[in-house]
Amino acid sequence: MPTSDQSLAIGYNYHDQTDTLQKVGLTIFTLGLLLLFLPSLPVSSVLGQGLFWSGIGLSLLGLVLYLIQTYQKSHPGVRNNGVWLRGSTSRGNIAWVTAVGLTGFYIILYWFPFLIEPQIRALDSFSQWLRNKPADHWLLYGTFYTIAILIMGLRALLKYRHSPYQIIRTLSVMFFQLGLAYLIPYTLQKLNEPEFYFSYFWPLKYDYLFPGTVGYLVNEPGALGVFMVFWSAVISLVGVPILTYFFGKRWYCSWVCGCGGLAETAGDPYRQLSDKSRAAWQWEVAIIYPVLGFIVITTLLLWINSFMSGGLLGSLSDGFAQTYGFFVGSIFSGVIGVGFYPIMGSRVWCRFGCPMAAYLGLLQKHFSRFRITTNGGQCISCGNCSTYCEMGIDVRWYAQQGQPIIRSSCVGCGMCATVCPRGVLNLENGPREGRYQPTTLISPENLRILS
Amino acid sequence: MRVIIIGNGVTGVTAATTIRKLDPTAHITIISAESEHFFSRTALMYLYMGHMQYRHIKPYEDWFWPERNINLLHAAVQSVDFNAKQVILENHTRIDYDKLLLATGSLPRTLGIPGENLAGVQGFYSLHDLAQLEQYSANIPRAVIVGGGLIGIELAEMFYTRCIPVTFLVREPYYWGNILPEAEGTLIQEHIRAHGIDLRLNTTVSEITGDAEGRVKSIITNKGEEIAANLVGVAVGVKPNVSFLENSDLKINRGVLVNQYLETNLPDVYAAGDCAEILPEPENKPVVEQLWYTGRMQGETVAHSICNRRTVYNRGIWFNSAKFFDIEYQTYGQVPAVPAPETDSLLWQHPKEKKLVRINYHQPSGKVLGFNLLGIRYRHEVCEKWLKEEKPISYVLKHLREANFDPEFYRRHEKEIIRTFSRQLSAVLS
Ligand SMILES: Cc1cc2nc3c(=O)[nH]c(=O)nc-3n(C[C@H](O)[C@H](O)[C@H](O)COP(=O)(O)OP(=O)(O)OC[C@H]3O[C@@H](n4cnc5c(N)ncnc54)[C@H](O)[C@@H]3O)c2cc1C
Ligand code: SF4
Ligand code: SF4
Repeated sequence: MPTSDQSLAIGYNYHDQTDTLQKVGLTIFTLGLLLLFLPSLPVSSVLGQGLFWSGIGLSLLGLVLYLIQTYQKSHPGVRNNGVWLRGSTSRGNIAWVTAVGLTGFYIILYWFPFLIEPQIRALDSFSQWLRNKPADHWLLYGTFYTIAILIMGLRALLKYRHSPYQIIRTLSVMFFQLGLAYLIPYTLQKLNEPEFYFSYFWPLKYDYLFPGTVGYLVNEPGALGVFMVFWSAVISLVGVPILTYFFGKRWYCSWVCGCGGLAETAGDPYRQLSDKSRAAWQWEVAIIYPVLGFIVITTLLLWINSFMSGGLLGSLSDGFAQTYGFFVGSIFSGVIGVGFYPIMGSRVWCRFGCPMAAYLGLLQKHFSRFRITTNGGQCISCGNCSTYCEMGIDVRWYAQQGQPIIRSSCVGCGMCATVCPRGVLNLENGPREGRYQPTTLISPENLRILS
Repeated sequence: MRVIIIGNGVTGVTAATTIRKLDPTAHITIISAESEHFFSRTALMYLYMGHMQYRHIKPYEDWFWPERNINLLHAAVQSVDFNAKQVILENHTRIDYDKLLLATGSLPRTLGIPGENLAGVQGFYSLHDLAQLEQYSANIPRAVIVGGGLIGIELAEMFYTRCIPVTFLVREPYYWGNILPEAEGTLIQEHIRAHGIDLRLNTTVSEITGDAEGRVKSIITNKGEEIAANLVGVAVGVKPNVSFLENSDLKINRGVLVNQYLETNLPDVYAAGDCAEILPEPENKPVVEQLWYTGRMQGETVAHSICNRRTVYNRGIWFNSAKFFDIEYQTYGQVPAVPAPETDSLLWQHPKEKKLVRINYHQPSGKVLGFNLLGIRYRHEVCEKWLKEEKPISYVLKHLREANFDPEFYRRHEKEIIRTFSRQLSAVLS
């Protein structure tokens, strides 16, 4: 009797089908990664730069080769074969190695950036070209982040090539990351305008509506700063409710947001690791709403404070932003949120920590047309939907009772619907009337009693 | 009221949860031998394929049972003493009941040919079968599957994902020929072959040979050909699991015989799901329904009967669904392999992709009879409504769009479908 999860995997022993081209791809990829470390050796800056860029180029080339060869060998369709039998995607050894590596990268980035100084310097000429100033560790991070979304986005495009929804959604996150979260902010810097991310909003980018930022932007020469303030305020307070009303939270969380973008691409191999238990859901509710409340109250206090010319909080406000930024911004969203992808799944931050998700979630639950419809009595309770829900929603709980799924945490990634082997689930924006109506084809109480 | 349910499959569990809803004080115990908790049998293949682990296929978390006050007993029932109203476990413990539900499911059907007891010859139904499959399929050069139905193709897909070459024997002239019309069967069978599976039609097995250690070595087909294989998956259907109930007053034919209220011939004893054989009226043909959906519906119905709200089992409009490798299949209403008299069939197939829509209707009256869909999803509610209300085919074609359940951004084919169907219809009428 398989009481422990591993017992069924013992006999898992199949012929390795990795072909030469895949192996060549992986070799080139690893060589590329190695090259990235070499600038740390005492080499001239020109050589360091050359090594670094060759490293990036080679690792990308290797990965592209590997991915294309891997997916062209399989038929289009749901390919989760071996996900729970391989260590790398089921919290095995390789997963721990990956998690420690990623977390280590974040720790170095946040607290010991001098350790990667040679790599940062290797980006200098690129940085000058892109934004007219020398590189820093944030540019390095932003560049790696964007590359990760693009290359793993390519992987998602290949893997889900049978699903137009997944293709279009993946292209969307790739576009928003590259354009609005990378090229535009840096180009703005080049034009001596404030660095501004048009795809991030309060309360995720909480300081965009803080009096300090608003004051700074409004006082910028030229009209752009004023436009940025206008943009932030209008989208946060008007655009978000309207878009969420029509499309649900997904328009942001799995189509636009950079954190979501990384989760949907680089995090895709790990989506099944989210915790589906009721206990996890209780934690989620206990953490995420206080985080939102905290941001809302702080924003209000800061504004009152600024109207009273610092009479309420004095200079405390800066201290707040720093403390919150450290605990929530760095530790939660970076180290745990991304570093622990291979252990806790790809949406830990989005599910437990993101104030924007909480805000969008409240709107989605109570003020939206979005729902996931279940198709009559077709569910066979197999559990694929729940397993592959990155937000840890027990989709099956609803589907097997024929109820539509309306959960504040659902980011509308559509993966439950993609993996369902009976085509039971469908993401729909329908009229709000009868939105919670379950099907009459399961448990038709009143019909039965008639007979 | 002490209710004992034998079997924690979908039937027994649906009955238990429904009884709990109808009667908050009933004392409910589910006795089952296979596993401590309810799991989804339909998901067994995904364990082998590595899509999920055992814990993922349990539809309810473990807290669910104590919270609903449903007792679970992980034990095998040896027999039932119907006169004393007691269930007897294998360790000879006797447990009293006021009402008893038999929901013992099925067992795989066997072939009845020489060599069937060799190690590596097996069906695929239980967790035990899955464990065996893991053991015997490790590092084998070839597997043979006997039986071209739903479990057969599941086994083929499972082996495919483990890179085990497969020979797939199908008795009918095309895949699932006793259920599907030829166009559907042919389309699926092309898809099977595209996966490199050696599909043999009109072929069965007549003998299985073993090696010195008692493991299967090869099979011999009805055409006399020998195929070397170290695993033989037998997927020729299932039969009700009722042998432990024989030699009692309980009436058994193929399964436990029940009436339309799912009551057996003995008082306070009920049967439902795969193990039950329903005889609605004496003049009707008895039916054994071996599906997840029917198990769920029968479990619900029988719970009402047990709680003194006798309810007629009414399956409603027939529906079923499956997935053949990557092709999704849905069916609503009646679409037999060979059309019934006075039935006409409209058929659309995508010129390149693996998509198909068939609508059957009653020729003289035009009322719609059934849908078969491959690679396209229709709404269950809409099809059910049309079939129930016996909508004319012209109405169905006009409203075909409403039935589509494909995800956003999928290409819609209604225009082509309706054009094709209209052409076929006018050919019939002229
Ligand atoms: C691989 C596979 C795939 C399937 N896929 C589909 C599908 O896609 N769609 C569909 O509609 N149907 C499908 N089916 C059929 C469906 O799973 C069954 O019809 C359904 O599970 C039957 O449920 P049940 O509760 O009646 O019986 P079961 O699920 O068989 O449960 C009966 C339980 O009773 C226990 N039991 C029996 N005798 C005793 C005893 N003496 N003492 C103690 N316990 C006992 C057994 O151990 C078993 O756990 C599939 C079946 C299989 C095997
Ligand atoms: S419920 Fe479905 S669409 Fe929503 S987050 Fe989970 S997998 Fe994505
Ligand atoms: S994946 Fe589909 S069939 Fe399986 S439990 Fe979820 S909704 Fe039901």
